[in-house]
Amino acid sequence: MTDARTSMLAAVRAALGRERLPDTEAAVLQRRLDEPRSNIVPARGQPSPEERIDRFIFEAERVQATVVRLAGLEEVPDAVVRYLRVANMPSAVRIGDDAVMQAVPWHSEPLLETATGPAVDSDAASVTSAFAGVAETGTLILLSGPKSPTTLNFLPEAHLVVLPSERIVGSYEDAWQRLRGKLGNGRMPRVVNWITGPSRTADIEQTLLLGAHGPKRLQIMLVDGECPQ
Amino acid sequence: MQSTARVFPDNAHRAMGDVNLQASLARFSQGFPVKRRLAIDRLPEFDSLRDAARDIKNHTLENLDFYLERFEEKVTENGGRVHWCADAESARQTVLSICRESGAHTVTKGKSMIGEEIGINEFLEEHSVAPIETDLGEYIIQLRHEPPSHIIAPAIHLSKEQVADSFREHHAEYPADRPLEEPRAMLDEARTVLRRKFLQAEVGITGANMLVAETGSIVLVTNEGNGDLTQTLPQVQIVIASLEKVVPTLEDASTILRLLARSATGQDLSVYTTFTTGPRRPEDLDGPPAFHVLLLDNGRSRMLGNEFREMLRCIRCGACINHCPIYGAIGGHAYGWVYSGPMGAVLIPNLIGVDEAGHLPNASTLCGRCEEVCPMRIPLPRMLRKLRDQQFEKKLSAKPVRWGLAGWAFVARRPALYQMVMQIGVAALAALGRKRGRFRWLPMASGWTGARDLPAPQGFTFQEMWSARGGRRQ
Amino acid sequence: MSAMRPTVGLFVTCLVDTMRPAVGFAAVKLLQDAGCEVVVPAAQTCCGQPAMNSGDRSDAKSLARQVIKAFAQVDYVVAPSGSCAGTIKTHYPELFDDEPEMAAAVADLTERTWELTSFLTTVMKVARVDGRYDGVVTYHDSCSGLRELGVRPQPRALLEGIDGLSVKEMEMRDTCCGFGGMFCVKYPEISGKMVDAKADEVLATGADTLLGGDLGCLLNIAGRLSRRGSRVRVRHVAEVLAGDIEETPPIGAPRS
Repeated sequence: MTDARTSMLAAVRAALGRERLPDTEAAVLQRRLDEPRSNIVPARGQPSPEERIDRFIFEAERVQATVVRLAGLEEVPDAVVRYLRVANMPSAVRIGDDAVMQAVPWHSEPLLETATGPAVDSDAASVTSAFAGVAETGTLILLSGPKSPTTLNFLPEAHLVVLPSERIVGSYEDAWQRLRGKLGNGRMPRVVNWITGPSRTADIEQTLLLGAHGPKRLQIMLVDGECPQ
Repeated sequence: MQSTARVFPDNAHRAMGDVNLQASLARFSQGFPVKRRLAIDRLPEFDSLRDAARDIKNHTLENLDFYLERFEEKVTENGGRVHWCADAESARQTVLSICRESGAHTVTKGKSMIGEEIGINEFLEEHSVAPIETDLGEYIIQLRHEPPSHIIAPAIHLSKEQVADSFREHHAEYPADRPLEEPRAMLDEARTVLRRKFLQAEVGITGANMLVAETGSIVLVTNEGNGDLTQTLPQVQIVIASLEKVVPTLEDASTILRLLARSATGQDLSVYTTFTTGPRRPEDLDGPPAFHVLLLDNGRSRMLGNEFREMLRCIRCGACINHCPIYGAIGGHAYGWVYSGPMGAVLIPNLIGVDEAGHLPNASTLCGRCEEVCPMRIPLPRMLRKLRDQQFEKKLSAKPVRWGLAGWAFVARRPALYQMVMQIGVAALAALGRKRGRFRWLPMASGWTGARDLPAPQGFTFQEMWSARGGRRQ
Repeated sequence: MSAMRPTVGLFVTCLVDTMRPAVGFAAVKLLQDAGCEVVVPAAQTCCGQPAMNSGDRSDAKSLARQVIKAFAQVDYVVAPSGSCAGTIKTHYPELFDDEPEMAAAVADLTERTWELTSFLTTVMKVARVDGRYDGVVTYHDSCSGLRELGVRPQPRALLEGIDGLSVKEMEMRDTCCGFGGMFCVKYPEISGKMVDAKADEVLATGADTLLGGDLGCLLNIAGRLSRRGSRVRVRHVAEVLAGDIEETPPIGAPRS
């Protein structure tokens, strides 16, 4: 008896009316994977450097994210405290621990409680950094890693994201290129999250409601100035 | 699930008498199509992206074996495991054995049409594993023991009152007299109830919108974030995907993602698009340590080899459903199986047999709106015609229809005879109907006269009058 | 062919032939006024669409062969129907895709085949048809005309020349009326619901006349309107363009 893998691949090949691809043809396909090319990138995804930030903000606000601009990472703690106060939330956040987050002077707000590690159900708010922002649709791209657990992006009710403004790219393709530059071709972090606005549902009578299972609020802190890579 | 496609006319009849359903459908017809239009108006490249997406999928299907093997290689390299499942039964058994190995009692689920297709929920329940749907719409219909009525909006057929009733019945921990009139209150309650389930489940099962061969990633798109909690919190992650979900590269996936949400809900992008590659890594602080991908055939390789290959480009956006006037009249349950609308009318006969689901390809005016909106440019009306061809060849269509057609064709192939028969026929009909100009009822024509009058013919044929007037023939 | 005076073979269509010959004569008048020589090959019956849409490819092909033969000698084939013209133009090639030896004859026919209003505006370059019709008109685009042949602006452009006529469009004008050939008798209840929705759309415009280019849809909608007791007049667009409104009562209306 042949195993399922063999018989399924055989069924696929029979349907295609051929045997396994010869090495030369497979090599051509392999090259398509090893050297990925962009397909059509819409004009919206190719803004000039001057337009890039404005378009990102416009698109992000269109999907009910809120955006605040900060002059540098040193302004982040104060912005977080103010955000939580206005939202009437406790002054405590679960924070990521990557280079950008470590460069934030959290001690400047002694009344703000911070904790690292994976999120737990009782965490009301989290602060993480984004690997990129995509102007095309106001999308944040976040990577998982030992210092950026994925649960921070989903369990808390409010998600605050630090996005260095130099990390805003035009299109998804630009972001993939940056990621390949960082990790090498064909390699991915365990999780890449594209996040476009706060969680929502329209499953009850097509009424749009924010905050289905993920965060009800998404605050983007767009930071100018020096940021660690 | 057991199909009721065979009794489609009865299903449709019931649906048209269902007041709640009809109210939902009226709301629905004004929703998605309008939003889709607005989204596309903001993207002038939409049609060229459709061409590109079609080409990507065609290329992938032509080399499906290659891309599946590369995908598997990458999943394995990243520490995950791929299970090849030829049919629904082997997929169900594979899921169950993974659940048993991990001692699972509770399984959270992201919305998955493949899950519906293989009936995984019923199966797990029979084997003492509790599956919990976490997409709000899926959760609601699971409480009601109903199948989804729409691939992307499974509870679209229900009113908020019906949802509230289900919550009162099933959420016994809440006071019976709590206010539950507004969707917001229902959502907040469901969020709390399901949050506990998310934290409790040992296994999370999701579908996949795409599989990326370049990296071994699975792509999952949701708006609620339930998919992400399902695939992040448990110790074991299971992804069930049919073979045709694979695409070559991240760029290819990105091109298709530009079409998916715009076509589905009119969003530029769904809120969460997640690329997951393998299990938790050594230094990671969260994520499931075990990662399984089930690759399911269940009829796909057959379609790959026949005239329905193009249907395998389908990305399950639901645009054809949202624009279908038949779906708009009867909703999704009438189709009698997991899928509905034009894509369902093509897919269901292919998956469960044209003899079982023969009504579905016939219950269409072939108006072509589905093909017009399909982001993957699937020629749905042509596929419906091909299914009708199959039925005719297999002599599955009703005998009176076949005989009537044969008699008509016999006459129509003989112009002189045809013209004589028609002359006599219309003269007789016109004599009967001249006074009112229309018929409210005619023997053997109740199909027509049930809903509308039949305008009376003028009483002579064009052909006889043209001859009478000495019009030119050649 | 004479560039000045092409010979047009009128493809009458079975519904016009039997139910409403007046549409055929209106089409003849419009074609002649535009400078065409009109002939009506006797050896025509039906384009074969009912067989094709019922999966009966063999009868559909026989009828298609009959059409190919009957119209072999004319410069153009014109039908007062988007549905029948669409069958010839877009579906004959599919029908014969397993008979490569037919490809040339099929291509020759499809290139010469036109729906009436698009033939007038595109080939004969008719910019204006003079006439008079007092009424507010709404226009139903048949699905096959619209999606297979792109017929939408052509009839509206021609109607602009008619004095006394104004057009009020339906909100959901892209939606099928529920006719669908055999569909309307095979699934009468669904079809009935669809045509009822279409009747709502027509009535919501407040128009007193419904025009269209396909008799199937028009019989369907007229039948539903009259069942609902509406007094909206329903006509094929060719009748209004050709000025045949005194002689022939609207579809489904008694002879006055």
